[in-house]
Amino acid sequence: MVDISVNGEPRAIPPGHTVAALLNSLGLDPRKVAVERNEAIVVRSQYDATALDAGDQIEIVHFIGGG
Amino acid sequence: MDLDFTEDEISRYSRHILLAEVGGVGQAKLRAARVLIVGAGGLGSPLALYLAAAGVGTIGLVDDDVVDLSNLQRQIAHTTDRVGQPKVRSAAAAARAINPAVAIEAHETRLDARNALNLVAGYDLVCDGCDNFATRFLVSDACVLARRTLISAAVLRFDGQLSTFKPHLGGPCYRCLHPAPPPDGMVPSCSEAGILGAVTGVMGSLQATEALKEIMGIGEGLSGRLMIWDALAARVRTIGLHRDPACPACGDQPTLRDLSAHALMDHG
Repeated sequence: MVDISVNGEPRAIPPGHTVAALLNSLGLDPRKVAVERNEAIVVRSQYDATALDAGDQIEIVHFIGGG
Repeated sequence: MDLDFTEDEISRYSRHILLAEVGGVGQAKLRAARVLIVGAGGLGSPLALYLAAAGVGTIGLVDDDVVDLSNLQRQIAHTTDRVGQPKVRSAAAAARAINPAVAIEAHETRLDARNALNLVAGYDLVCDGCDNFATRFLVSDACVLARRTLISAAVLRFDGQLSTFKPHLGGPCYRCLHPAPPPDGMVPSCSEAGILGAVTGVMGSLQATEALKEIMGIGEGLSGRLMIWDALAARVRTIGLHRDPACPACGDQPTLRDLSAHALMDHG
């Protein structure tokens, strides 16, 4: 397993786990969040291609649209 | 650029002109600028008031809503005795009361696929403070097509987000962050989930600050970065946001070449 952090909490994921797989395991619909990896947003088209590394700091950024 | 100021202008803007980064040149740039504010609500209120106070020469306001009692907990351009009035008229009155030298163009209409491009193209800079996703994506696409810089802020509950989009200058656009609106009902609105009033004041003021910086060309803007404020945690973070080559609006092979997709939504 690979140790990462999600919203500041430690989490162990299988090696090669992608951003898309992480969202799936968190039960989050990718249409209502953005994903921040090591202080940068991962663009949506790269969710399947982006494998997470040990030590990655992941933050879930919620999609908000109020004014 | 016209650098002549009246005595009243020099007095009114003296604290700006004192700033080395602003000076007479920056103040003249503000006076010559045209800024469109989409939504005269929680974000649009501080935006309109601060941009007017700062001496932005022409401010456009677009909103088709009327002032409701439930707005007044946060929408500080409106007043109790203006409940029922069109929001653009109420906000224009508040902005003119602060600075009568500023021209306020009140567009009492809903931004839609037919009028968006013309409205956006008539201004130098656009600030989005609207309250729904359909309009947010419409504003963004219109700005991409018209090559206008967009400063976009959003709030919900105790959270605020802010970024500047200028894909015409190489940066990402709103759709690089979120390619499409969330399905109906998946993300709540402020009227459904609530919003701490002062949070809109902070985010609208940050948005006004970024607008003034963009007009004057000073400091570091938020193009390519997203500012996230968690008011409950009292924590601000600014993270990277890159252009998505697969973006439907500003990517290498854009599929959104006009606003026709929004026209379908207007009628659907």
